[in-house]
Amino acid sequence: MSIWEYANPKKFMGWTRPVLPWLWALAVACIVTALVWGFFFTPDDYKQGSTVKIIYIHVPSAMIAINAWFMMLITSLVWIVRRHHVSVLAAKAAAPVGAAMTVIALFTGAVWGEPMWGTWWAWDPRLTSFLVLFLFYLGYMALWAAIEDADTAADLTSVLCLVGSVFAVLSRYAAIFWNQGLHQGSSVFRAGRPDSVAEVFYLPLMLSIAGFILLFLALVLMRTRTEIRLRRASALEARMRSA
Amino acid sequence: MPQLGKYAPEVLSAYAVCIAVLVVLVAASWWRARQSAARLERVEKETGRG
Amino acid sequence: MIALLIRDLRLAIRAGGGFGLGLAFFLIVIVLVPFGVGPERAVLTRIAPGMLWVAALLAALLSLDRIFALDHEDGSLALLATAPLPLEGVVLVKAAAHWLTTGLPLTLAAPVLGILLNLSPEATPWLLASLGLGTPALSMIGAFGAALTVGLRRGGLLLSLLVLPLYVPTLIFGAEAVRRGAEGLTALPSLALVGGVTAGCFALLPFAAAAALRVNLR
Repeated sequence: MSIWEYANPKKFMGWTRPVLPWLWALAVACIVTALVWGFFFTPDDYKQGSTVKIIYIHVPSAMIAINAWFMMLITSLVWIVRRHHVSVLAAKAAAPVGAAMTVIALFTGAVWGEPMWGTWWAWDPRLTSFLVLFLFYLGYMALWAAIEDADTAADLTSVLCLVGSVFAVLSRYAAIFWNQGLHQGSSVFRAGRPDSVAEVFYLPLMLSIAGFILLFLALVLMRTRTEIRLRRASALEARMRSA
Repeated sequence: MPQLGKYAPEVLSAYAVCIAVLVVLVAASWWRARQSAARLERVEKETGRG
Repeated sequence: MIALLIRDLRLAIRAGGGFGLGLAFFLIVIVLVPFGVGPERAVLTRIAPGMLWVAALLAALLSLDRIFALDHEDGSLALLATAPLPLEGVVLVKAAAHWLTTGLPLTLAAPVLGILLNLSPEATPWLLASLGLGTPALSMIGAFGAALTVGLRRGGLLLSLLVLPLYVPTLIFGAEAVRRGAEGLTALPSLALVGGVTAGCFALLPFAAAAALRVNLR
């Protein structure tokens, strides 16, 4: 019994079916609680006013946006090395979720930046890298959509994901070199430092991050199940036609 | 309703867009999941497997 | 390898396509810029480095889909794949041929077009150097994109969507080198980084492109 057993499509369908409802319930509960808490029951920041409330959606969505790509990189690698179909289908399932999170992060960042920095958009390294990341998501999804043969599509998108990751990192450092930005560094994970997020904002933020992670997992599992079903339906249809 | 002060449009639009995007994403995923399940069931019935 | 290179060059020149078309496109974009932003010389001087780089990049993009498409259609790509020359080498030669027919002419034409945009004279050597170092990376990345989309019917548009984000680092470093050169700052670090990107592309991307080609020829 190894960990790879869970990648067997049939087994995957088996264990995800009972897990999914729980995941959904937890995700919705966390996000609703965190957003209600953050929106109604946290004080305004003395400098930023009520815009500080945007943090409860901006930070989690940005984290998911980056880590979804990271997950796609790992699952693509697993596909290339071990040829588990579920793995690459999970990467395919995660791409639209990641793209949507990127859009949320960019939008909330823009409406936060407008009153705080005085501009909707600045060509700051962090912002620029997110825009580039969004383009990568678009390219990845477009390549999946364009290729008819399933295995060819899986191989080519995996290669694109690997190469894209290298260039995404490169773009990030290029952007830093190019323009020192307005965006501050991460202010979430430095407990005890004076410039980190204060306690009142910290707890709902953590809850919101947990909720977004759970939502991401639930979405990816559900979408992977969809892909597996579609794959099986196509395979059965093809067999029926050839018989 | 909390007092949002002069930044109310920014905060509200951020929340609205976030929730709208998430709802669309979940709804689309759920819709596709149902469709795929229906299609698979139909195909399995036709081929006599499943 | 050399025979393949010569064959590709000959084909490109005879067909006429990539060779003149890219250059003409480059010229037209550069001519259009002042119409868009106005004829003020100071403004043009400021944006000249970036515009020249962006225009060169778009011009290089034009002929990318021809790198493998023609050979794929008539089956010679499948032949090349079974040849004793490793597929990585084929990719390398194809990228080199693309650079010789588009990147190199673009680089040589850039200083002339720089005059149209009122590029400061100090920046001209930096423009030549950064384009000369950077356009090979554009060709190599483009060859990778072309390898990914070679089997597709509507590959051209998809190719641009895939390749353009990959061009970001090269563009940033390349344009930065020219801009610093124009302002009289030291541009050598940017230039070194352009060279680094190019070297990295040539070291790694032939393998990725060859892998993609093998999948597409399966």
